[in-house]
Amino acid sequence: MSLTPVLQEFVDDFAAVGEQDRLMLLLDHADALLALPARYADHPDLLERVLECQSPVFLFVEVDGGVVHVHATAPEEAPTTRGFASILVRGLDGATPDEALAVPADLSSMLGLERAVSPLRLRGMSGMLGRIQRQIRERTAGD
Amino acid sequence: MPSTTETEAQFAEFAHPERLVSTAWLAEHRGDAGLVVVESDEDVLLYETGHIPGAVKLDWHTDLNDPVTRDYLSPEAFAELMRRKGIGRDDTIVLYGDKSNWWATYALWVLALYGHHDTRILDGGRDLWVAEGREMTRDATQRPATDYPVVERDDTTLRAFRDDVLAHIGKPLVDVRSPEEYSGERTTAPAYPEEGALRAGHIPTAANVPWGKAVREDGTFRSRAELEAIYRDDAGLGDADDVVAYCRIGERSSHTWFVLTHLLGYPSVRNYDGSWTEWGSLVRVPIAIGAEPGEAPAR
Repeated sequence: MSLTPVLQEFVDDFAAVGEQDRLMLLLDHADALLALPARYADHPDLLERVLECQSPVFLFVEVDGGVVHVHATAPEEAPTTRGFASILVRGLDGATPDEALAVPADLSSMLGLERAVSPLRLRGMSGMLGRIQRQIRERTAGD
Repeated sequence: MPSTTETEAQFAEFAHPERLVSTAWLAEHRGDAGLVVVESDEDVLLYETGHIPGAVKLDWHTDLNDPVTRDYLSPEAFAELMRRKGIGRDDTIVLYGDKSNWWATYALWVLALYGHHDTRILDGGRDLWVAEGREMTRDATQRPATDYPVVERDDTTLRAFRDDVLAHIGKPLVDVRSPEEYSGERTTAPAYPEEGALRAGHIPTAANVPWGKAVREDGTFRSRAELEAIYRDDAGLGDADDVVAYCRIGERSSHTWFVLTHLLGYPSVRNYDGSWTEWGSLVRVPIAIGAEPGEAPAR
């Protein structure tokens, strides 16, 4: 079990600040979530709904030339979920499938947000990661 | 200084019109001394993405619930929270939030348990304020700390516990969850994760009135006549003098509690905050399934 270098950087950022600033850091991540590429925005059927999240979150994983790309969408009025999606999208981008699969399921607990966000709301992030890793396994099966 | 007797003409038809303010009223009065604007949302980070200038945040989970016991925060913790947020005991609190004020009414109900006198809801909530293009900011709100006193919480008047509800079966009881939760197809709201209750269904004899029926498309409350038709007539509450409302954890039913108590003027409405996550896991309590209220068990 290990983190990608980018995810490790994110985790270190959260650890370096106090509890209230962690929320603001999560907001920065939410703001940084990019819009879906047009080829997915026009094809909602390709996207998988993350049922563990309270708000409508959809994601799709590409494995192209041995490199992982995650695309996700979450509504503006669900910034916590957007923040988690953004951390995963950018933290896994460019990783190899093995690197992405090595990210531990309890990544959300490494961000130190239990008190500021509540464990209830962290559940969705684990749901997203689990679905991303399952899609990576599906995409690489038979390689 | 806003006063409890000042009400807007458009709310005059309600039993307690002073409990509602319009977006236009708040835009004019939000800077008044003695008035504090509070945002309360489902998402803990939504306030930080932009809020009404000067508003402070109360989060239903991290602020209002005790972090260990399944209960609301203690009198000491409540006083400390209010002091930290810069809210005085005599201040007028105007609450607003996302999802048609779902969480704002929950916060208002918790404030009511602590007897905070002057609390109001912004009709239409956060969405209407935004839709009207009114001012929002990301600037942090700084209010001077207050000396909010430690007061006892009254758990007997507005709050029902499981034994109260067991004794209440057969009397006016409103289940404000979705039809799917009521009938027993699922234990959580559609599009919400499954969690928290071992059995599905509803408390026998409860009428099903999903909470969202009380608001229009734009999030404002329906007219008194429409609300009377929904609750008094269709749900059969009539002139009930003792009503209990419940949902999954008591938040959606706070919304209905607000409607029944402050808009329709029912004299005694209690919110069962244990709600389905408690009832659906209790041993040997009666449960009804299907679309009908069901019969009270023989005693």
